Amino acid sequence: MSAGVVVLGAGQAGFQLAASLREGGYADPITLVGEEAEPPYQRPPLSKVFLKGGDGPESLSFRPPSFFERHGIALRLATRAMRIDREAARVLTEPGGWLSYDRLVLATGARNRPLALPGAALENVVALRGAEDGLALRAALARSRRVVIIGGGFLGLEVASSARAVGAEVTVIEAGERLMGRAVSPAVSRHFLEYHRSRGVVVELGQTISAILGEARAEGVTTTEDRDIPADLIVVAVGVVPNTELAEAAGLAVDRGIIVDHALRTSHPRIHAIGDCARFPSAHGGGLTRLESVQNAVDQARCAAADILGKPQPYEAVPWFWSDQGERLQIAGLTADAEETVTQGGPEAFSVYCFRNGVLIGAESVNRPADHVKARRMLAGGERPQRAAFAS
Amino acid sequence: MPEIIFIQADGTRRPATAQDGESVMRAALSNDVEGIVAECGGAAACATCHVFVDDPRVPPVTPIEDEMLEATAVPREPGSRLGCQIFVSRELEGLEVRLPETQL
Repeated sequence: MSAGVVVLGAGQAGFQLAASLREGGYADPITLVGEEAEPPYQRPPLSKVFLKGGDGPESLSFRPPSFFERHGIALRLATRAMRIDREAARVLTEPGGWLSYDRLVLATGARNRPLALPGAALENVVALRGAEDGLALRAALARSRRVVIIGGGFLGLEVASSARAVGAEVTVIEAGERLMGRAVSPAVSRHFLEYHRSRGVVVELGQTISAILGEARAEGVTTTEDRDIPADLIVVAVGVVPNTELAEAAGLAVDRGIIVDHALRTSHPRIHAIGDCARFPSAHGGGLTRLESVQNAVDQARCAAADILGKPQPYEAVPWFWSDQGERLQIAGLTADAEETVTQGGPEAFSVYCFRNGVLIGAESVNRPADHVKARRMLAGGERPQRAAFAS
Repeated sequence: MPEIIFIQADGTRRPATAQDGESVMRAALSNDVEGIVAECGGAAACATCHVFVDDPRVPPVTPIEDEMLEATAVPREPGSRLGCQIFVSRELEGLEVRLPETQL
């Protein structure tokens, strides 16, 4: 019997890969190795409904234990992968020792970028990544009055919205000149700036933090303008770094992500990489791209599973994203390289269509799901719509 | 805890116990019922928890849900709903939920 597939990482991508392999008729063993003790679960609700509600982590699980038993997917939880031995096709796990594979899939995800500042290790300076973080942040929010959030990206703003909803005073400090600057067009940034301010969130743009104040506990932050902002809870949401160390140590090509080809194979033919950790040639512009999203994790898992099943197909799925900050933001395509935009709709609900070389590359929809759905279809079609087809 | 009945596209009936207040989507997943994908985890953002219900006890479609129902894999029907937007309570005891052929 074959040693089967070993998946390192039991997040959205790893879970989906295992499920898709079984769905496609894969009959050899599948082992899912995850560092967390929880069975695979959904992360997106952690910054949203989970923070505001009272449900436990079990409310987030993808499937009950019976699913993994029924499909013969072995879960090795609370287990860390220490080293990949490419020559012998095996992985050293702790606990558990060596695990042989026929095919290896790296779904190692990303971790929060640490804040290299004095005071960053104080106990009420927190970040959000896993369910444990979610529980801790929820408990901390319940006993905090003034919350400072460092970082005005999706995660920081979702936490801001949730913290406001449970009654905290919230300040968001963003280094860039606008919110979500890497991800959305200026019109959408502006809309969300006004929205969050209208709900009483203080948003400071173009500001960075020079120090976290306090001895035993953080008591606030100092901005680079030498202004002190008091806080009893500080949330750090300044992006992530991909977990590439295992791949690098195994001699795989790594450059700001594990480098993969169109079929999501790494530089070693028996090893794939998928999800947040993989840097792939995008069919939707931007060259080599690394995406942190549910869509990318799920669709790359399906694509890698198809390749392992002997039915390779290039990874061409349309990227899409959503962020629920009280207002609903949905993005289709990759819009960072837009040269021109057309906005349709009114102040409360609108879509920004983004063009490059006169061709549609994406759409950012605020409270307009129907536009988002249509944009995804347009971007999936062979013929991309032209700028001229969109009335301003 | 209310019981609802999932009916697969091939007609197989599968009773499932739901937590009070849980969505139909979550009830399917936690009872290990096949046929729901639920990529987005319940944010009405992906339309892969498409179900059909024909029961006057179920509250009407919300505007957001209505727009996302245009993105389902099999064509929308009069009873089409997103499973993540229907919340089960004692009032919905015995609800019949039909599942589509595919979600993708």
